[in-house]
Amino acid sequence: MQKKAENKMFKASWAYDEAPESTNHIQLKKQYDLYIDGKFTKPVKGQYFDTIDPSTNEKIASVAEATSEDIDKAVEAAKKAFVGWSKLSGKERGKYIFRIARLIQERAREFAVIESLDGGKPIRESRDIDIPLAANHFFYYAGWADKLAYAFPNRSPKPIGVVGQIIPWNFPLLMAAWKLAPALATGNTIVLKPAETTPLTALKLAEIIHESGLPKGVVNIVTGAGETGAAIVNHPNVDKIAFTGSTNVGKYIQKAIAGTHKKLTLELGGKGANIIFEDAAIDQAVEGIINAIFFNQGHVCCAGSRLFVQESVAKLVIDKLKIRMETLIVGNPLDKNTDIGAINSKKQLQTIENYIKIGLNEGSEIYQADCKLPAKGNWCAPTLFLNVSQSHRIVQEEIFGPVLAIQTFRTIDEVIEKANNTPYGLSAGVWTQNGAKIFHLTQKLKAGVVWANTFNKFDPTSPFGGTNESGFGREGGLHGLKPYVKFD
Amino acid sequence: MSRLAIQKTYKLYIGGKFPRSESGRFYAINDSKGNLIANMCLASRKDFRNAVVIARNAQSSWANSSALNKGQILYRIAEMLEGRKEQFIAELIAQGETAENAKNEVLLAIDRLVYFAGWSDKYQQFFSCINPVSSAHFNFSVLEPVGVVAVIAPEKQSLLGLISVIAPAIVGGNTVIVLASESKPLSAISFAEVLNSSDVPGGVVNILTGKKEELVNQFASHMDLNSIIYCGTDEQLILSISELASNNVKRTTFYKKNDWSSDSCESPYFIEKTQEVKTTWHPTEI
Repeated sequence: MQKKAENKMFKASWAYDEAPESTNHIQLKKQYDLYIDGKFTKPVKGQYFDTIDPSTNEKIASVAEATSEDIDKAVEAAKKAFVGWSKLSGKERGKYIFRIARLIQERAREFAVIESLDGGKPIRESRDIDIPLAANHFFYYAGWADKLAYAFPNRSPKPIGVVGQIIPWNFPLLMAAWKLAPALATGNTIVLKPAETTPLTALKLAEIIHESGLPKGVVNIVTGAGETGAAIVNHPNVDKIAFTGSTNVGKYIQKAIAGTHKKLTLELGGKGANIIFEDAAIDQAVEGIINAIFFNQGHVCCAGSRLFVQESVAKLVIDKLKIRMETLIVGNPLDKNTDIGAINSKKQLQTIENYIKIGLNEGSEIYQADCKLPAKGNWCAPTLFLNVSQSHRIVQEEIFGPVLAIQTFRTIDEVIEKANNTPYGLSAGVWTQNGAKIFHLTQKLKAGVVWANTFNKFDPTSPFGGTNESGFGREGGLHGLKPYVKFD
Repeated sequence: MSRLAIQKTYKLYIGGKFPRSESGRFYAINDSKGNLIANMCLASRKDFRNAVVIARNAQSSWANSSALNKGQILYRIAEMLEGRKEQFIAELIAQGETAENAKNEVLLAIDRLVYFAGWSDKYQQFFSCINPVSSAHFNFSVLEPVGVVAVIAPEKQSLLGLISVIAPAIVGGNTVIVLASESKPLSAISFAEVLNSSDVPGGVVNILTGKKEELVNQFASHMDLNSIIYCGTDEQLILSISELASNNVKRTTFYKKNDWSSDSCESPYFIEKTQEVKTTWHPTEI
């Protein structure tokens, strides 16, 4: 642990100056209405809720709360718009989507700041990952709009109709892009609900969609919490639901639409296994572990939240990991130096803190980075748990925060069995320099996405989604078109 | 000299063996004149749960056998069925089919096995892709079997319908648990004999005979099944299957078609129904 002491000295004598991103250039209104039928519309019942900055818990803006009356209007608008939009040629549809991609790129900096302000994620991530990927996603699917026949040989794909899309708070704009782009390319019309804690970039996107000249009613954006979502799910004129969120809500939705004509795709929770073999490039693997669990404060459904280290290198890896954790900068999301931003909401912070308590009560050994947390706002220090076992709740359940559970293993078969021992099946990671071992593992791991010698990488061309209780359907790539078409 | 024919005892097919129902129960199948054709095993929930354990244990080694091998095994099933086609035709006639329909159904069933046998080492090429990501990674997506699949077989076309649903599931590396046609169950169990002599490993296909009323909800709610395929049009049953499937986010497929003889029942998209897409990333720069 001499290294750790050196590291602390380094940290004390070499602190970074603050480098906050300016907020002068962003345009935010005090109050946001619903975007229905091409107009910003006041909610029927006139209710609004606050969206707050989780790094200060101060209000940013009021946002309309859509009730079932508003959802009726939005679905009606989408249904009317479907007639024209679905008949429009793929070429023309594609041009609207290209235009949306370009408009996002032009305003990328503004979107990045608002994303970090509203959701608490580090500006480095919203600037370099969320916003560019969102624009690229529209760009990718725009090009599919007039080529759908090639995606489904010997079949004639047709749009489904009105699509209800409910998205989470961890990647607000990116998830909106994942949902909207393929649905538009295939000729559907949409009612989209962003999460109640992060509605602003979706509402800014509504402004862009409006500017793009997209025909009215093709995209409707409604804000609100669970009840608003339930109104979309249960609306009889919605033909498909696409949901990203927790496994519990996903199961509720699957049950709620049983026996109806509605189609469904679910992208749910995960408890990703990140496996480090003794023949891995250890320093790279340590970076991979950090990225796997601390990216976006661990608010990532595919986070590598279970670490498996081969016994022979366990001490080495864990020592290096602890030292690396000391260098992580937790704090102001708008500071360009920040590695870990604010926890998205008070409620989520309580959930994480509760799991940390559970971990301690289960007898696990905790290690938290020695970092100064800001006085105001929602914060959680990067956390490791050692001495955990398969049956521990912090190993089995999704925490959705910067909390990593570490286990060791001896043999390949052992780690495969342990890694696959959850109801989930979203992501997994493998670190080894042995090629055969990589392919053996990637084939055996129960997951929709496997990262080998890397982690938490995303791309519009790359299908993403889960197996088992992590949901069904894929987003991204050619496979991401399928959930939005039907066949004779 | 007259000779009394030897009648076959129809039993369940689980794990490559032919056990009776652990419950000891049966139900009678009669011909149109009311004469007994056979006493079928009335499978219980316990029989079903045993079958799930066996199908789960058989799944990974079946999935890991080569595509060529799976294709040859499916072709072998067709060969065995061809050799015994007269028996299957007679069995369908005994259960009420016309001679012409019975013959057509059996011949089509054999051809359908050959059709899906041929897809074994091809569908992966059809559905997989390399994804041109922007970062320095090699990224590809392939299909993998969903796992253990429950099949509620069609009531009519009890042989052709059954084969049309299970052939694409097993050629894709899944193992299946089938609830045979309740009213015409004979062909399914005779087909089990064909499977058993076709190099299909025990546990890959498991066939139960029994009552939908008793078993379908068990199929739909079981936590260790990955997918359920229901062939039929009972809306009440579709509702309860869909609701119970949400227990473990089971994938559901409903085939409401009445006619399994059309060419539209042959496509790789039937295989895709019981597959998952897996995407793998690896860096390309050192």
